[in-house]
Amino acid sequence: MTEFSGKAAIVTGAGSGIGRATALAFARAGAAVLAADISPQSAGETVAMIIAAGGIAIARTADVSQSADVSVMVEHAVQHFGRLDYAFNNAGISGGRPGFDDFDEAIYDRVLAINAKGTWLGMKFQIPAMLKTGGGAIVNMASVAGLTGVGAFAYTASKHAVIGLTKAAATRYAKQGIRINAVCPGVVDTPMVARAAANNVAAAMPDPGLIGRAADADEIANAVLWLCSEQASFVIGHPLVVDGGMLAG
Amino acid sequence: MSLFDLTGRVAIVTGGNRGIGLGIAEGLAAAGAKVMIAARDPALGESTAARLRQQGGDAAFHITDITAQESCVAMVAETLRVFGRLDILVNNAGIMIGGPPEHAMLADWERVISTNLTGAFLCAQAVFPAMQRQGGGKIINLGSLASSFGTARGAAYASSKGGIVQLTKSLAVSWGPENIQVNAILPGYIESELTQRAELEKPGSFAAKLARTPAGRIGTPQDVAGAAIFLGSAASDYITGVSIPVDGGYAVQI
Repeated sequence: MTEFSGKAAIVTGAGSGIGRATALAFARAGAAVLAADISPQSAGETVAMIIAAGGIAIARTADVSQSADVSVMVEHAVQHFGRLDYAFNNAGISGGRPGFDDFDEAIYDRVLAINAKGTWLGMKFQIPAMLKTGGGAIVNMASVAGLTGVGAFAYTASKHAVIGLTKAAATRYAKQGIRINAVCPGVVDTPMVARAAANNVAAAMPDPGLIGRAADADEIANAVLWLCSEQASFVIGHPLVVDGGMLAG
Repeated sequence: MSLFDLTGRVAIVTGGNRGIGLGIAEGLAAAGAKVMIAARDPALGESTAARLRQQGGDAAFHITDITAQESCVAMVAETLRVFGRLDILVNNAGIMIGGPPEHAMLADWERVISTNLTGAFLCAQAVFPAMQRQGGGKIINLGSLASSFGTARGAAYASSKGGIVQLTKSLAVSWGPENIQVNAILPGYIESELTQRAELEKPGSFAAKLARTPAGRIGTPQDVAGAAIFLGSAASDYITGVSIPVDGGYAVQI
């Protein structure tokens, strides 16, 4: 498949889970990929997987809550690929789910800094880069926790913020040819969810939907690629739920 | 092979001979699906199917009245006879009868509800046995901006389209265990005969909708087809019970 041939994409949090699956999917679809992660090793592994499969990719270490990191990440992509067409602002942390009274303030700040501020910083630098070549598409990683209240309240607040940022940015830049949307996964088979389960979070985790299984990371990647594709040409500002019917019932 | 490939899949598109339905039928055929166009007008239906075949697709027409249960059952039987299987139902056929609600005729209200809402239900009910037998399927219902927003001169239309969203969730919940995914597309202002007529009845409709559309343009049937291809493909197997606006951002801007 070569639907994205000649195009360039940035994926943050590309070292594992949905980020890695999406970076691989972009590359399979023909795009050159900058795989960013806070862990240089895991970003490098993703790039090695892409190159082994015949794709084009470069790795970049980035903490998305740091303006300088994000700015350089975008610059790096444009320098290497000559353009930026797609971005998946995926990097995020869960922060665990203690009660309101014993939640560590520093963890709250960190969750909001990475998930919410990180999404804004991503768009802040990606949008001007995309405008130089006439537009592009951005997908931000929200969650069903961006639409409902789950036990992890800092996470819930951060994901509601992601959807708000997505809608506001989408309405602002649509006329200039940048489509901005979000994805809202339910329960997905990823290291982040596995860690949460190991910390005995599973008991309070919602039923994984009508489909009776967690989503595979590739199924979220499919939704991201569709939102970036020409087939989603008139989809703007939408938080696309990919939850196996969890919210429907 | 494309991520959103529909080769080997068979789709029914109700009202697939004009407007958004035609765009969807063309899109599904271009993605590789065999398409049964189910509509009332035989001349237009046959010529549309012939054109899809000329474009390299595999298409047929079956005269269908979606407000009649036996007609929906016959539509499915004919699809299975012609194509041997059934994977996708697109509930697109719909009508709009405009006017202020205080003067609406009961017969008009009932015609709109029975076509847009009851018709979608009857078609879904009719395809269920075949999809269950095959181990799964995809049902795509067409809502509207009026699924989410009030419509001053279309209370019945908006009620029917709001109902589509709830029908979508209920069928998704009911048939999830059968591996049937049920989703809705909510088109915004799309160039079609229906919206052209609305513009004639109330000049300025286009301009007003355009002013509120972040994309800065009116949509096309092809824009809607892209969502139908995705929701008809294996790429969306974990998506069910959702309604996706294809509206240029209309729903997120005030």
